[in-house]
Amino acid sequence: MNRYPLWKNATVLIALVLGLLYTLPNFFGEAPAVQVASVKSTHKVDAKLMAQVEDALKAASVVPQGIVLDLNSVRVRLADTDTQLKAKDVIEKALNPVAADATYSVALNLVSNSPNWLTGIHALPMYLGLDLRGGVHFLLQVDMKGALTKRLDSIGADLRSLMRDKNIRHGGISREGQTVAIRFREPDIREKARAALADSQPDLLVVDAQDGADLKLVATLKPEAQKRIQEFAVKQNITTLHNRINELGVAEPIIQQQGADRIVVQLPGVQDTAKAKDILGRTATLEVRMVDDEASANPSIMEQAARGQPPAGTEYYVERGGRGLLVKKQVVLTGERLTDAQPGFDNQTHEAAVHLSLDSAGARIFKDVTRESVGKRMAILLIEKGKGEVVTAPVIRSEIGGGRVQISGRMSTMEANDVALLLRAGSLAAPMEIIEERTIGPSLGADNIKKGFNSTLGGFAAIAVFMMAYYLLFGLVSVLALSANMLLLVALLSLLQATLTLPGIAAIALALGMAIDSNVLINERVREELRNGSTPQAAITAGYERAWATILDSNVTTLIVGVALLIFGSGAVRGFAVVHCLGILTSLFSSVIISRAVVNWIYGRRRKLERLSIGQVWKSGLSAK
Amino acid sequence: MEFFRIRKDIPFMRHALVFNVISLITFLLAVFFLVNKGLHFSIEFTGGTLLEVSYAQAPDLDKLRKQMETDGFTDTQVQNFGTSRDVLIRVPLSKDAETSKVGDRVMASLARVGAGGTADSAGAVGAPTLKRVEFVGPQVGKELASDGALALLLVVCGIVLYLAMRFEWRFAVSAIIANMHDVVIILGCFALFQWEFSLPVLAAVLAVLGYSVNESVVVFDRVRETFKKKRGMTTPQVLDHAITSTISRTIITHGCTQMMVTSMLIFGGPALHYFALALTIGILFGIYSSVLVASPLVMWMGVSREQFIKVKVEKPEAVV
Repeated sequence: MNRYPLWKNATVLIALVLGLLYTLPNFFGEAPAVQVASVKSTHKVDAKLMAQVEDALKAASVVPQGIVLDLNSVRVRLADTDTQLKAKDVIEKALNPVAADATYSVALNLVSNSPNWLTGIHALPMYLGLDLRGGVHFLLQVDMKGALTKRLDSIGADLRSLMRDKNIRHGGISREGQTVAIRFREPDIREKARAALADSQPDLLVVDAQDGADLKLVATLKPEAQKRIQEFAVKQNITTLHNRINELGVAEPIIQQQGADRIVVQLPGVQDTAKAKDILGRTATLEVRMVDDEASANPSIMEQAARGQPPAGTEYYVERGGRGLLVKKQVVLTGERLTDAQPGFDNQTHEAAVHLSLDSAGARIFKDVTRESVGKRMAILLIEKGKGEVVTAPVIRSEIGGGRVQISGRMSTMEANDVALLLRAGSLAAPMEIIEERTIGPSLGADNIKKGFNSTLGGFAAIAVFMMAYYLLFGLVSVLALSANMLLLVALLSLLQATLTLPGIAAIALALGMAIDSNVLINERVREELRNGSTPQAAITAGYERAWATILDSNVTTLIVGVALLIFGSGAVRGFAVVHCLGILTSLFSSVIISRAVVNWIYGRRRKLERLSIGQVWKSGLSAK
Repeated sequence: MEFFRIRKDIPFMRHALVFNVISLITFLLAVFFLVNKGLHFSIEFTGGTLLEVSYAQAPDLDKLRKQMETDGFTDTQVQNFGTSRDVLIRVPLSKDAETSKVGDRVMASLARVGAGGTADSAGAVGAPTLKRVEFVGPQVGKELASDGALALLLVVCGIVLYLAMRFEWRFAVSAIIANMHDVVIILGCFALFQWEFSLPVLAAVLAVLGYSVNESVVVFDRVRETFKKKRGMTTPQVLDHAITSTISRTIITHGCTQMMVTSMLIFGGPALHYFALALTIGILFGIYSSVLVASPLVMWMGVSREQFIKVKVEKPEAVV
């Protein structure tokens, strides 16, 4: 007798029902939609916003298919892509009257067409990778050395104000490579400075040094502090990228850390790569430095500087408008001290301007510096991709307190908007470089899906026909098991929301092609048992039992490969490996347990079973049955 | 239907030497091509820029090449991809600072040809539409190569350990030798024909390694079973018996997997072409090597009945 206990049958049934449930959403397809999300934390996405969106659409007589409010966005489902574009414009205009100061991001998106009760049990369609849905993928490398130098620059500025506060006279503070050096005339002052440093800067490792007649303190960052700064730099950059991408208006962007110093950015559906790259790749940071007025006024020095030989401690820049000037290398303030930046206009000249707000430390430094340097010029630099540009270099007329600063200087309104956006979106803690970029057009994505689907279907059909012709009813059982395998695999992929890529689809096909092995093993074993004279029922039992050891061994070796690929693979290989591993697990279940359940269901109850429909069993020495 | 009506065990082991000489020669040839010609790595490994563009009408590739050259791109590859209207352009890494902008520059260059802006405007075919751009910086490629090597190492160690545990070290070693030789032969084919070796191909090669180890496992499983069940057979006879009684399953399974892979070759388009090709070679050589190379190796390493029976004999002694 071949019967499963109730619990085993129940397990099979439950697995199949769950499989069907979670595979279902993939059949409903997706509808074009507009997604509204808040860019600013002060504005929440709520029912009020939903009503606002609804009204705006009604006013423009755009009929939505449905409006859904979820945790952090409002999604409007639309009939086709034309109305989708129209709806986006309408909503954009209604929610963001001032384009430069957007409160909400309005993005084109796709929403699943599956009914709500399916979405309610988290049954979602498979998450398609960029190569299937189209979009842009960037891999960015964070320049860790840059992060450290930047930090040392700002430590230098902090030390200056520390020395001033404690009334310690020093002969200059400068960053030299990856160290900060402070010069002194007398040893006891140096000791005083050392004590002050030990109190206020626990991150620094301070050693004595002598440079000619000068006494020096050389400070380096402790290794653990370096590590912390680097980790922070990556986190900060990720946050910054989030902010910038929010302003771009992309639905479901992915921004993730990869390894120690890399960031992956995936923007599904984005086609305008130039704009995306521009916004991402811009590593604009703000620096405030003093202008060396004396040297800048000296024509011969300026001439030399223009040829690339500026005096020590200064850098040569060309101001907007064409005049050259020498800017001290010492950084007074960096973009880290910035809390907000808004485009606007100068009160007196009505020129386009950017209004900056500084945090309290920044405000204090700014106040101190402006008080001490009345009558001198201060340069505000925008550093992009390692190259600096002096946006403006105004003369300081009076002490500026309160942390409100305005940059204006021959900017157009557009430029002011851009600069404000870049500064507001947060400065990057360290420069980044694009080391991998991939753009896939939407038509290619759809094409890839079709090709992958056709390959799987073609192969499946061929295998099904062969198996049924060769093993008859047992072949049909194998095909049923294989279908169950596919169902479970797709359900698992949908449930886990693992990213499905083209290599992933290839892995599905390959998983099916390899999974049939288990059924062939079983069927061949059953035939062999029959050949050796077993009764049909005994042949089924023995066939399944004997094949199991082999199936397990061969699947474990395949699984070893899958796991190795999963550990070391990235990108295309990882997409393959995930499906490969899952496919092995589902195939073990379906080809052994499900197929046995079906066989039991067909043959299990019959006491007097004469023969099995497993194709011809040829016996050596006898003529075929 | 029953394809395999075999009355007696086929004496595979009698010809073991011949099989091994054949595979040694193929192996050496593969190594020769690998060393001599080298693999044609995709830009994922070498770094560079790749563009896939689509035209409304088939463009004249020579004209595209010429225009690219005048625009300062050296050493680029321009070729059709799938259809005559789709063009694939590869630009190697250059020392220019703005490597990530190459894609935009190529598009500008192609647009000039499309608009008929060149001296010979008869070839105007309209501006192309961009289907795909890939840019890979020099940092990434090296890592991929070393990660690939590490993955291979992990696979080899994992499989050897598992087989040594479940069977015997002799089986583990001969299985891995036989199947590594498959991997080298696939790579040799890729070197000989200068097919593009990309990340999916790497995945396929490793998948093949696992798949053909399967094959050896099935045979070894039978060898173990035969040793335990049947007395009085010599080692070659046992091996012959094991291979003969699994040959039908071997051919059918591989046939089925190959059907799937063939379907990928037919319907999968250029994106899956080399992936499927690597699998095809792997499957074909997998049958051969795991059956006809691994088994003789086991025999020569001196596998015998005692290695499997020993365990059974010891057990009762321990109880008493």
